[in-house]
Amino acid sequence: MRNILLDGFLRRPLTEDLPPDPELAALGARLDAESRRKLGRSLAIREIDAGSCNGCELEINALATAFYDLERFGLRFVASPRHADVLLVTGPVTHAMREALERTYRATPSPKWVIAAGDCAVGCGVYANSPACVGSVAAVIPVDIHIDGCPPTPVRLLQGLLALLASPRAR
Amino acid sequence: MSDLPRLLASGEPVPHHAPWPRAVVGADAWEEAARWLAEGRLTLLGLWGEAAWAHMAVLAGGDVAVVSIACPDGRYPSVGRVHSPAIRLERAMRDLYGMEPVGLPDTRPWLVHGAAPYDFLPVTGDDLHEIAVGPVHAGIIEPGHFRFTCDGETVVRLEARLGYTHKGVEALLAGASIADGAKIAGRISGDSTVAYALAFARAAEAAAGVDVPARAGCLRGLMAEMERLANHFGDIGAICNDAGFAIMLSQFALLREAALRTNVAVFGHRLCQDIVCPGGVAADLLPAGLAAIGAFLAEVDGRFPRLVSLYDRTASLQDRTVGTGRVPREWVMQFGTGGPNGRASGREFDARASLPYAPYDRMRFAVPVLAGGDVDARVWLRIREVGESVSLIRQIIAALEPGPVRLADDDWKAGGWQAGAAGREGMALVEGFRGDVLVWLRIGADGRISRCHVRDPSWFQWPLLEAAIHGNIVADFPLCNKSFNCSYSGHDL
Ligand code: SF4
Repeated sequence: MRNILLDGFLRRPLTEDLPPDPELAALGARLDAESRRKLGRSLAIREIDAGSCNGCELEINALATAFYDLERFGLRFVASPRHADVLLVTGPVTHAMREALERTYRATPSPKWVIAAGDCAVGCGVYANSPACVGSVAAVIPVDIHIDGCPPTPVRLLQGLLALLASPRAR
Repeated sequence: MSDLPRLLASGEPVPHHAPWPRAVVGADAWEEAARWLAEGRLTLLGLWGEAAWAHMAVLAGGDVAVVSIACPDGRYPSVGRVHSPAIRLERAMRDLYGMEPVGLPDTRPWLVHGAAPYDFLPVTGDDLHEIAVGPVHAGIIEPGHFRFTCDGETVVRLEARLGYTHKGVEALLAGASIADGAKIAGRISGDSTVAYALAFARAAEAAAGVDVPARAGCLRGLMAEMERLANHFGDIGAICNDAGFAIMLSQFALLREAALRTNVAVFGHRLCQDIVCPGGVAADLLPAGLAAIGAFLAEVDGRFPRLVSLYDRTASLQDRTVGTGRVPREWVMQFGTGGPNGRASGREFDARASLPYAPYDRMRFAVPVLAGGDVDARVWLRIREVGESVSLIRQIIAALEPGPVRLADDDWKAGGWQAGAAGREGMALVEGFRGDVLVWLRIGADGRISRCHVRDPSWFQWPLLEAAIHGNIVADFPLCNKSFNCSYSGHDL
């Protein structure tokens, strides 16, 4: 273990700079100044799988690795919607998850923001027209930012999350 | 005559079902097959329905067969009545196809949640309390509900309720074109997108009677092994993390990320989604691909052994994993549990070796099997499989020869694809990182999918998790659950 830790000290950090994404930044800029002021530079995020295939979750989990290190931006995942500023929702919302999603939204204190991540969450993806799905996330709860991709890459997810933050430096 | 030929001989063979035979049998043979399953003479691979038919796929040794029974009114003799691994499959058949397995001991809905409250099985006794968890969990994982009944800290009973991610997969597949079907198949369980796309493609190719070019077979194997590596890295790290040993998670996450970035360099997509397609692969290696794989394998060679020795030499970590969530061999044999979960409990089945397909039929590799059956054995099994996958990737690259990577339209026709393609059926079993994925399909007169069934390995793993946690403490559930790493989406369809 000592060797592995020592390696970590001696090697250059693996964490990479984030390329800017004007499109997603513009989405964030549309949020009113008031929301941005309230959010400040730190976000507590609660992830909800509303019926995804798990591909989106894999990439969301990758955000915590040393390469992406989302905590450097003041972003962190929390275990309860009661602690969250932002709900990050994936999947076409299934009938079975609808109530759980609505209840999680209600359990999140205001002010709150919702990000729909992945083609399924944005517009149902290949699950459009499925009799077992209610529809996109926006069909169930209000959505502030959509991040497309199947699944969205970790870089794109980070750009989308940072679009919510006020400080240009953080972005 | 051994069991499978006898079973098939008692029925009417179906004209085009490849690569294994299918026969329509009567109620007597159907019930006899169910008894053989219960006696352990056969292993259940799948059980599914469609309008007026029930189908059952079984395994005996290295042979597979499908038997079907006509049930014009949807009623047929339940298999779950004598063989419990079939119960959830039959509950799903009731939900999805309105069938009535006569004698099924548990008729509660399974995949399709109605408005009515769900009746969890009653547990009675002194001083018991219940803990209900999910469907929204504390971590970033898929949704499901777990109902624990505990005596103090000890779990007396766990009942899982699944179906939260039911997306109507089979309803969408019916009537879809082969190309759209492949897209859907690659999105049934995102962590196994290659395994699913491969199983779907192989089933479609079997129905059409075509074989893909050798280079395509190799590239498919390459993607499948990269997928196995990425997932095994993720799982080993995550299991250790659930025992509070976070350095393994962060280190293995780096290896996992290295695998995904290699995929981008080789195939252009982190998870290799939509690259395996019916007829071959959508694109050949990118120019920098082979160099990227070489660099990745060198990185694994350098870092992986150190992490394994860290696992091996950390007593406080082993204290949590050894003896936890033990699954005896009888259970995995009865349930036909595939993947690391089955092999860590002594069931020697790996579709790559037991029912070989390209490119594995030309490769040399071992199928590690362990007897322990606990969390520790499931970690070690994955560790061993990493070694085999690395060796397989090297062999596959050595075997790569120039050539086409996809069938031309004429090749499909030569297989009889268009002329009289209607009613042709194909089936495939592909070893994903989690176990054997089964896909069965029939092509309709219009060349579209008339019926497609997919069976995730998790169907025969989830029930054992409930049994494995019995007598363990609640705090060890995440550890057990992660060591199983069953799919929700793949199971919920
Ligand atoms: S967007 Fe793609 S990866 Fe995400 S849940 Fe949908 S199908 Fe899966």
